[in-house]
Amino acid sequence: MARSVALAHPPDPDPTGPTGPTPLAALRARPGGSLRLYAAVARSSFRRYAGYRAATWAGVFTNTVFGFFIAYTYQALWQIRPHLGGYDLSAALTYVWLGQSLLMPVAAMGGGVQDDIEARIINGDIAVDLYRPVDQQVWWLAADLGRACYHLLSRGIAPLLVGSLFFRLRMPAGGAADQALTWVAALASVALAVTVSFLLRYLAALTGFWLMDPRGIRQVTVVLGMFFSGFLLPLSLLPSALAAVAQHLPWAAMVQIPLDVFLQRRTGAALAEGLLLQAGWAGLLLGAGQLLQRAVVRKVVVQGG
Amino acid sequence: MAESTSGHSARYSRYSRYPRYGRVEEALRAYRLIAGMWLRASLAYRASFWITTVGNGVTSLLDFVVIAVMFQHTTVLGGWTLPQVAFLYGTSGLTLGLADLLVGSLDQLGQRVRDGSVDTVLVRPAAALAQLGADRFALRRAGRVVQNLLVLGWSLLELRLDWTLPKLLVMAVLVVCGTVIFGSVFVAGAAFQFFATDAAEVQNSVTYGGATMLQYPPSVFARDLVRGAVYGIPLAFVNWLPALYLLGVPDPVGVPGWFRFASPLAALLCATAAGLAWRAGIRSYRSTGS
Repeated sequence: MARSVALAHPPDPDPTGPTGPTPLAALRARPGGSLRLYAAVARSSFRRYAGYRAATWAGVFTNTVFGFFIAYTYQALWQIRPHLGGYDLSAALTYVWLGQSLLMPVAAMGGGVQDDIEARIINGDIAVDLYRPVDQQVWWLAADLGRACYHLLSRGIAPLLVGSLFFRLRMPAGGAADQALTWVAALASVALAVTVSFLLRYLAALTGFWLMDPRGIRQVTVVLGMFFSGFLLPLSLLPSALAAVAQHLPWAAMVQIPLDVFLQRRTGAALAEGLLLQAGWAGLLLGAGQLLQRAVVRKVVVQGG
Repeated sequence: MAESTSGHSARYSRYSRYPRYGRVEEALRAYRLIAGMWLRASLAYRASFWITTVGNGVTSLLDFVVIAVMFQHTTVLGGWTLPQVAFLYGTSGLTLGLADLLVGSLDQLGQRVRDGSVDTVLVRPAAALAQLGADRFALRRAGRVVQNLLVLGWSLLELRLDWTLPKLLVMAVLVVCGTVIFGSVFVAGAAFQFFATDAAEVQNSVTYGGATMLQYPPSVFARDLVRGAVYGIPLAFVNWLPALYLLGVPDPVGVPGWFRFASPLAALLCATAAGLAWRAGIRSYRSTGS
């Protein structure tokens, strides 16, 4: 079997190689360098996903087909109960199509950089990542934001357009100022949704350092995420005690809150509360991720040979 | 499905150590051997196997939780009661689950075309479809089957159907033909991936999307969509049409009455179409050359 090398502390990498600064170090050396570095990571990640045109069209098609099927089931229910859960029929249908739009950006079924990290933990490439003079969490967050950006522009917009041709969807209403505020708040909420989703997936992926097979944990987190994000059904349809709890769990930040912001069910104080809840979970999970990744660095064993 | 081989097996069968077997038997034997190998491999990690099996069951249960929550707010959906919808849910998930268990690995074909490992399959003296269908055979997918069987069992207890011999026969035909129809979709989807290696996700809209559609009464959907499921991709024959007969529910779109018993015909057509698509796909295959 291969020789095992325990890396108690990853050796500090030499920022300047024999032939001068590496591009990475060069990027960081400039003022605002870190930000520029992470922006470059996000951009490359965006381009990586944009490279697969057929996959994008296949995904758009599938999101659209699912959108139709689920929209008809909601329509049947809301025709019987026109104001169920505080949504009218048009808001409920919009909820379905926006949910399909957000499915990939927030990776409600797992995936994105989670796939990359899990694979790199199993095949050992993660050791190379730990050598890099960057914060792992922020590095992967940048990569996931780039991916989410591409998925929002491709698989987010197209199904919504098709849906709006066949169903009466609800766009932000009110005066120009109200509309503008709703759009800005909804975009901010989506950005926070992706961040919270990433931070949850990052924690799940890091358990691979202890469990070796991350599939079990992943299945548990996907089930919790699909259900408690409100992706399958608006959380207000759950029994009231469960709904009250679910509205405050981190998964609500992934789908339920951004959709309620867009549908103007959260305005004024409720809007601020929703965004704060998202930001609060983001902060908390960011801290948890930092602690866990510190533990990982002490724990990692690289299979050499 | 197993008889639609690549032509390679025909060429190699004269070298087979078991010349008394025909092509179909040989393909089934290859399937059994490969699936058995993967089965033993997966059982080597017992804990992981059980966790993922239970996980698959719980994941597929989520869709039923959605239906149950919907029925917290209404007594009928599209004119159907909860036990009736549970019957649709159970039969849809059961047939998809069986097809996924048997040939679900085929949806990874695009990946194998990209990395060139289809070459290895084609030079082996066994039917390509059997080899690729049995590849990474995962018994954990039975988690979905068992979970759907439980819901189906509950719905049958609640419905108290008056079981007659014809009804029992239609029920058995439903399970077999539904599995064949979904299995054909998996095979046709794999054949499509020979042409569009990155577009594996398209078939999800027919397999998982189709199964989601079949969980709900046809009366819920637009008439054109239901017609498409009868005359286009004939998923309606999986459970909608037999269910109209078994549960004695009126037909919302008005298709000929004998369609309720025509699932075997639909399954045969699907299997034939999938077999032809598979042949076309494998003939068009070009190695990545790397």
